[in-house]
Amino acid sequence: MNNYLDDFPLLKNKNIAYLDSGATSQKPQSVLDAISEFYKTHNANPHRGAYELSMEATGVYEEARQKIAKFINARHPEEVIYTKNATEAINLVAYSYGIENLKPGDEIVLSIMEHHSNLVPWQKVAKVTGATLKYMYINDEYEIPDSEIETKITSKTKIVGITHISNVLGTINNIEKIIKHAHKNGSVVLVDGAQSAPHRRIDVQKMDCDFFVFSGHKMLSPLGIGILYGKREILNNMTPFLMGGDMIEYVHEQETTFAPLPNKFEAGTQNVEGAIGLAAAIDYINKIGFEEIEEIEKELTDYAVEKLSKLEFVKMYVTPNKANHSGVISFNIEGVHPHDVASILDNFSVCVRSRKSLCTTTYEIYEY
Amino acid sequence: MDDLSDVYNDLIMEHSMNSYNKKNLNNADFCEIGHNPNCGDEITLELKLNNGIIEDMAFSGHGCAISQASTSIMIDTLKGKTVEEARKIIETFIGMIKREIADEAELEKLEDAIAFKNVSNMPARVKCALLAWHTLEGILEKSNS
Repeated sequence: MNNYLDDFPLLKNKNIAYLDSGATSQKPQSVLDAISEFYKTHNANPHRGAYELSMEATGVYEEARQKIAKFINARHPEEVIYTKNATEAINLVAYSYGIENLKPGDEIVLSIMEHHSNLVPWQKVAKVTGATLKYMYINDEYEIPDSEIETKITSKTKIVGITHISNVLGTINNIEKIIKHAHKNGSVVLVDGAQSAPHRRIDVQKMDCDFFVFSGHKMLSPLGIGILYGKREILNNMTPFLMGGDMIEYVHEQETTFAPLPNKFEAGTQNVEGAIGLAAAIDYINKIGFEEIEEIEKELTDYAVEKLSKLEFVKMYVTPNKANHSGVISFNIEGVHPHDVASILDNFSVCVRSRKSLCTTTYEIYEY
Repeated sequence: MDDLSDVYNDLIMEHSMNSYNKKNLNNADFCEIGHNPNCGDEITLELKLNNGIIEDMAFSGHGCAISQASTSIMIDTLKGKTVEEARKIIETFIGMIKREIADEAELEKLEDAIAFKNVSNMPARVKCALLAWHTLEGILEKSNS
């Protein structure tokens, strides 16, 4: 196996076991170089100036979009919208699709294991539109049973929000079934891919989701860049989210017409550095290949689960169905608060996520 | 941090695992919830005043060892003090945790609460140590008005 650790300057320089990539990943040298190279050679405001440098900046920005589209197998590059992160991408859909289309009597269905980013925006949509918010609950194996999918998603459902891989439980959800069932009932589906995009090959056409969101910083890119994928026909019918420069066609004193996709959703000067960093991260991931990534992940996860399960005082919250589990391992130590556990592990240079995490709803069920 | 036992010392462990101050008061004058949304720690602090003197205090709730012990030791330290004395001690404690006060004579006034001095070396845990003290600060402000 290659020693990938050497590609990451921070990990090479600090003697730590960094186990918090689910929160944010460290960045390889090639990503840092790509960002630095952009500022040294191409920096200008894209889509603005009629001079060569600005055209260059536009070029690298749009090339990055094409690379990202290919990475998730989007049919058209303009189906890829740059955002700040997955949270902003979900808010875009909540405001520009949810609030515009839902009405009293309609239902929004989420899973109880959603990250706050795929939960709080939908509470807002429900409050504004009068729609009802419903949850699919999990069973003793930390999975959403088929019966929950079939009973919660009905003809009243207009939007389903589902995490592809849970950041708390590591459960890989059966999104194919959820999407099929939702479409049969006339609902659109938003898949939160923040934890899956770095770990599994994503094919949005095969998946047939209507929206797919992810954050660059959890997949080796800089902070502040995220992606909303949406089916072209749906995005075309949505109203813009943020208003301003670069997203317009004609501006009059009282009225404005908007630019076509993808610019319609990209108001203001964009994070070109982030887009380029994300493209470089995709190059790095592709060079390794998802087959190897999955193999290493499986090996490490099996090892950790095996070792942890031998410790009587550790309680793990992991599905026993290995095929449905990714690299996230949640655990509790009997009688010791997670915050204290994290401090003690930190003393041994092990970085883990503690606290009630970002999914209070999941924890309410398990009374952490 | 060089030695974990500087923070998780006997006094702190004792107070965090089995505190006699973790109970309810029958006749509290003030009851205030302190919450740290980042980690989910939540305590309810009850206080009984008598002629400007803190006659009794108790707490309930859940949290890490540092937040629980800090609450319990704060109660021991401030019971029987006047509101004005308590305010000064709270100020000193916050100053110690934030590394703004290092003067030994000044810190002596904290009595057992000086046990938290090493938390000032753990920025991630400062909020845990301060939760109860900030909550009490809020109560004393209210009691004044």
